[in-house]
Amino acid sequence: MSELLQFVFSGITVGAVYALVALGFTIIFNASGVVNFAQGEFVMLGGMITVFAHAAGLPLPLAALIAIVVTAAVGVALNRLAIEPARGAPVVSLIIITIGASIFIRGASQLIFDKQIHSFPAFSGDDPIHVLGATILMQSLWVIGGALAVFAGLWLFFTKTLLGRAVLATSNNRMAAQLVGINTKFVMTLSFALSAAIGAFGGVLVTPITLTAYDVGLALALKGFAAAMLGGMGNPKGALVGGLLLGLLEALTAGYLSSQYKDAAAFVIILAVLFFMPQGLFGRKSTDRV
Amino acid sequence: MRISGKYWTLIFLAALIAVTPLFFPSGYYFRVGSLLFVNGLAVTGIVVLTGYAGQISLGQAGFAGIGGYACALAPVHWGVPPALAVVLGAAVSGVLAYLVGRPILRLKGYYLSVASLGFGILVAMVLNNERELTKGPDGINVPDIGLRGLLSDWGLNLTNGEFWYALTGICLLIGAWIALNLQSSPTGRALRALHGSEVAASTVGIDVARVKIQAFVISAIYASVAGSLMALQNKFVTPDIAGFLHSVEMVTMAVLGGVASVPGAILGAGVLTLLPQVLTVLAEYEQLILGLVMMGVMIFLQEGLVPSILRWFRGRDE
Amino acid sequence: MRKTLITTVPAALIALGLATAAQAVIKIGASVSATGPAAFLGDPEAKTLQMMVDDLNAKGGIKGEKVDLVLYDDGGDANKARTFATRLIEDDGVQAIVGGTTTGTTMAILSAAEDAKVPFVSLAGAIDIVQPVKPYTFKTPHTDRMACQKIFADMQKRGFTKVGLISGTDGFGASMQAQCKDVAGDYGIGIVADETYDPKDADMTAQLTKIKNTAGVQAVLNPGFGQGPAIVTRNYHQLGIELPLYQSHGVASDGFIKLAGAEAAEGVRLPGTALLVADQLPEGDAQKPVVTAYKSAYEAKYNQPVSTFGGYAHDGFALIVDAISRAGSSKPAAIRDALEQTKGFVGTTGIYTMSPEDHLGLDLSAFRMLEVKGGGWTIVN
Repeated sequence: MSELLQFVFSGITVGAVYALVALGFTIIFNASGVVNFAQGEFVMLGGMITVFAHAAGLPLPLAALIAIVVTAAVGVALNRLAIEPARGAPVVSLIIITIGASIFIRGASQLIFDKQIHSFPAFSGDDPIHVLGATILMQSLWVIGGALAVFAGLWLFFTKTLLGRAVLATSNNRMAAQLVGINTKFVMTLSFALSAAIGAFGGVLVTPITLTAYDVGLALALKGFAAAMLGGMGNPKGALVGGLLLGLLEALTAGYLSSQYKDAAAFVIILAVLFFMPQGLFGRKSTDRV
Repeated sequence: MRISGKYWTLIFLAALIAVTPLFFPSGYYFRVGSLLFVNGLAVTGIVVLTGYAGQISLGQAGFAGIGGYACALAPVHWGVPPALAVVLGAAVSGVLAYLVGRPILRLKGYYLSVASLGFGILVAMVLNNERELTKGPDGINVPDIGLRGLLSDWGLNLTNGEFWYALTGICLLIGAWIALNLQSSPTGRALRALHGSEVAASTVGIDVARVKIQAFVISAIYASVAGSLMALQNKFVTPDIAGFLHSVEMVTMAVLGGVASVPGAILGAGVLTLLPQVLTVLAEYEQLILGLVMMGVMIFLQEGLVPSILRWFRGRDE
Repeated sequence: MRKTLITTVPAALIALGLATAAQAVIKIGASVSATGPAAFLGDPEAKTLQMMVDDLNAKGGIKGEKVDLVLYDDGGDANKARTFATRLIEDDGVQAIVGGTTTGTTMAILSAAEDAKVPFVSLAGAIDIVQPVKPYTFKTPHTDRMACQKIFADMQKRGFTKVGLISGTDGFGASMQAQCKDVAGDYGIGIVADETYDPKDADMTAQLTKIKNTAGVQAVLNPGFGQGPAIVTRNYHQLGIELPLYQSHGVASDGFIKLAGAEAAEGVRLPGTALLVADQLPEGDAQKPVVTAYKSAYEAKYNQPVSTFGGYAHDGFALIVDAISRAGSSKPAAIRDALEQTKGFVGTTGIYTMSPEDHLGLDLSAFRMLEVKGGGWTIVN
């Protein structure tokens, strides 16, 4: 029993990390239809900038705030300099632009920061909480709480606010959105800033658990992407559920079957889900126009 | 006799492969040339899948891995000559692409890309974890292809670099020839029809699912042969050959040059093969520049280098 | 299209030619993984090589001849490493090669070096590199098999017979895992649990819980490098596992204690080199001057703690320089012969004595069993 609980704790911790990355994908996707493969770099920047600002003597909360603001600015720059000018390009070109951006950001970070592995102290100490013979770290609760908060915020944003609906409208039909008076340019800027900020926020929360380095972005982006697709791209609920599910699958496979093939099990399940539900668990149905 | 554009492309490619070695200052250039040709071959497969049929795969490296490891394992375990192992690898890749393609090609856009990504990662994982067979992440030795000895028996003495330059060059020519023929065949027309609109293609009687799978199988065979040639040339292969980064590299090469045309994709392979070699002088800035080039080409030349430049030339002539 | 191909390809090839470095008397080539998944290993190696060649030339080079270092970053990719090896040999015309951060890249360089008969000093761990002996290939790090032997000998001394393994699935972890399973029996040790994790994983409590609940396990060993072992050590502490934890030489650096946290790392043992405990070595220890000099020079120049891996590069470069000056020639064959005759050469990793049968030249005594005490490394006697 305590064994199962420990596997679940492990799965939720890792799953919440994936969910935070996956949630970052949703806004940009909803606004522009672009899956931003540089999302993992936002997470990396959040962690690395905090590490270096903290090392320079700033208190942790201020360092984290700076990291989130700077990363949001990077997101805006990415939109202005690379995504906006390529509007109307085919999906595969957009994939390559964002992959190019992620390689660029990684290359720059390696020069600006360094190639060492870093961390900063957990927010509420390193002592684990004991529950029924299993343990979980306080920092894991921070990550889980962060994922839930971002999810709730996004859900409210997309369903309750005018701006959120404007984002969705822009995604559905940019021209029509413009015609009804939505400033689509502002919507795009805002969504990149928000996505980047969410990524950086995630980076700040997870770094005390996962540690960080200039090249952690790619692995995070891949897992977050898989989680988002599993849940259904563009849906915050899908991102949250997809992330947690992926984490739990990995931990339970590692615990009960084979740690060697835990990632394989996760991808087999994703393939199976997509086979029966080609839009993921909560994805929107789309119809082909001729 | 009128020679069609297709043959001009091939004749030009052949001449280029034959003539440039005259200017090579050292054996290293033969190595870079053959790398370029192997990449060009893999990327030609992507032209069929993405350029003709409009399907995106982020798992092509999985097939390259199968081709590469076929050449490492088949000769040792089953006594298959290395040259035949290339064919065996291609056959396995083709069959696997057929089996995997049936379910995943129903998916579209990003969903297809994550499914193919998953497939590629699974192959890489098996190569990494089945240590008894594959020797794991540190890689495995690949036997010599043996053809060079055969050639020298006939009086043709080539250095290792020259031999591989010639062999991979010939393979690229054959691959380009097949892909160019395919383009003007009924299958090629069907592929491009479904690229335009699947719904429209199916209303004019095209079996969309079947045609897509054909394209996937063909591209898998290209990737597999390229993987085999790479492994045989290096006499060594690691699971990285099946990794996600290798898949991305292939797609990037194709799209950078112009995914809709064979010469475009080969040029893309050329640029991305040569760029890292040229950038070594800038060492630390290599990644930075590579990222900038990828973004820049896609922003300013959205169809890729070759189509965009062609258009520019035509525009100027008129 | 025709025009573009004609002009771009030769132009790019010419650019390649221009990229070649200028001629120098003695040329040493290097291909290390300064970026990519093995950057944690390769970065200090590249920095060390750069530092040492600058230092050597500032002192007048080898017998008055300057040394030119041609350094490439293969990103941990075997295919790239193979291309750079060909470039070093055929285009740059180097007389010796040092590098090959991972076993995969080493194997790729090895075949090119052996074909061209250029001496190659590898910086990777696997035993296959020098066994069977290849005429032109040498290496400086201990084999992972030796690390396993050193650890198991220590376990045997403490009376452990049942051990749990948790290994990274990268080349380093997987290779050491296999070697450890292979030699465990020689020390009367049985592997009762055998788990793995991906090097990028964020949490290993699931695997560690399985090991914890395995009946009779007396100690745990974690072959791996990078952040994985730091997370394993934290999770180990989180789960409150009281069994002794052994790490590999892959994390032998001060950075590991910092990342894992001094509290979690307390009591962790690993086989390390003299480099980590330079200031604790007794006066008169033959390695003391060498490790102290390297440590202070590196840390002053790069403001980063030294790592065992940088030490491997230090030894590799120093061995080649030593061989060239003893041979009195920079011909590849002469360097090879001199390398093979290396006797009692003091490096940071150990004292090397090579022979035609042994192209590593280290024994188990070069490893020191270290333990984390009070947030720092101490020597276990």
